[in-house]
Amino acid sequence: MDAIRIVEAGQLKKDRGGFGPGDTVRVQVKVVEGEKERTQAFEGVVIRKRGEGTRASFTVRRISYGVGVERTFPLQSPRIEAVQVIRRGQVRRSKLYYLRGLAGKAARLKQKRAVLVPQSDE
Amino acid sequence: MARKEGLIGRKIGMTQVFADDGNRVPVTVIEAGPCTVLGVRTKGAHGYDAIQLGFSPKKKNVSKPSAGFFKKVGVPVLGVVREIRLEKTEKAQAYQVGQTLSVSIFEPGELVDVVGMTKGKGFQGGVKRHGWYGGDATHGSMFHRAPGSIGASSDPSRVWPGHHLPGRMGGDRRTVLNMTVVRIFPEQNLVLVGGAVPGATGGLVLVRKSVKTTKAQQQKATSSK
Repeated sequence: MDAIRIVEAGQLKKDRGGFGPGDTVRVQVKVVEGEKERTQAFEGVVIRKRGEGTRASFTVRRISYGVGVERTFPLQSPRIEAVQVIRRGQVRRSKLYYLRGLAGKAARLKQKRAVLVPQSDE
Repeated sequence: MARKEGLIGRKIGMTQVFADDGNRVPVTVIEAGPCTVLGVRTKGAHGYDAIQLGFSPKKKNVSKPSAGFFKKVGVPVLGVVREIRLEKTEKAQAYQVGQTLSVSIFEPGELVDVVGMTKGKGFQGGVKRHGWYGGDATHGSMFHRAPGSIGASSDPSRVWPGHHLPGRMGGDRRTVLNMTVVRIFPEQNLVLVGGAVPGATGGLVLVRKSVKTTKAQQQKATSSK
């Protein structure tokens, strides 16, 4: 396993911690359109984080024009420019799949109230 | 058949790396070499051309015959000894006993073959072992995963040799041709090849320069990297 860590070490990005399931985030994704490259934002609730090292990924869910849309991103992907936390959610489990069955008011999450804890950058 | 030089290695496991365009590439991490040349076989002296390589230092439980062999060669005892056949006598003679080979014989983008022993699956039925379709599970089919007919009747009154039947599966030597070298870590003796490699984690593998590619194809592969 150590050798695998060595292989992955060079690819890990330092700014990819600090958010978790329940948080509302804005993911800045680099999109290549023909020759040009631009940044596109995808905003929603993080419903899952999984894996470790370069294999880690997270899933963001949002409601777009009344339709639920989920996008899974590789956490360490060079195509992700930044992950900004917009709102911290208070949740009691690590995988929020139950949100899929909820809509509108029922799908809201309580905001986390712990303000005193400094933002940890894992 | 073309025969090329290679390295003995150990499969460490799989992970993924990001390519320059941001795409994820699945890779197998192989700890390949350093391998010591323990002997040179030539057509004139031995009837075939090859180099004998040693890999993985061994300290405990060294048998007397093997200790004697390594003393004669003049290198520390190694646990794995394999011969790698080469095409020409001159190629074999280019190696000297005691010389070490490392992953630097490969370069990123190059095509290699990886040889390994597949995982043993034990005694398996024909559906898993040979890819038979099997019958319907339901709707009263009464024929599920059984072999079915294995040949004609009184003529020939026997089963044709080599007929597909249930039996031992896995544990075979398998070669995957033309795998891409994705990355190399010379200090750690690691090679990353794209895709999966036969065998379990920790299993011995042979990483060899591709035998079925031309020089032009190799050049194209390495320059595109």
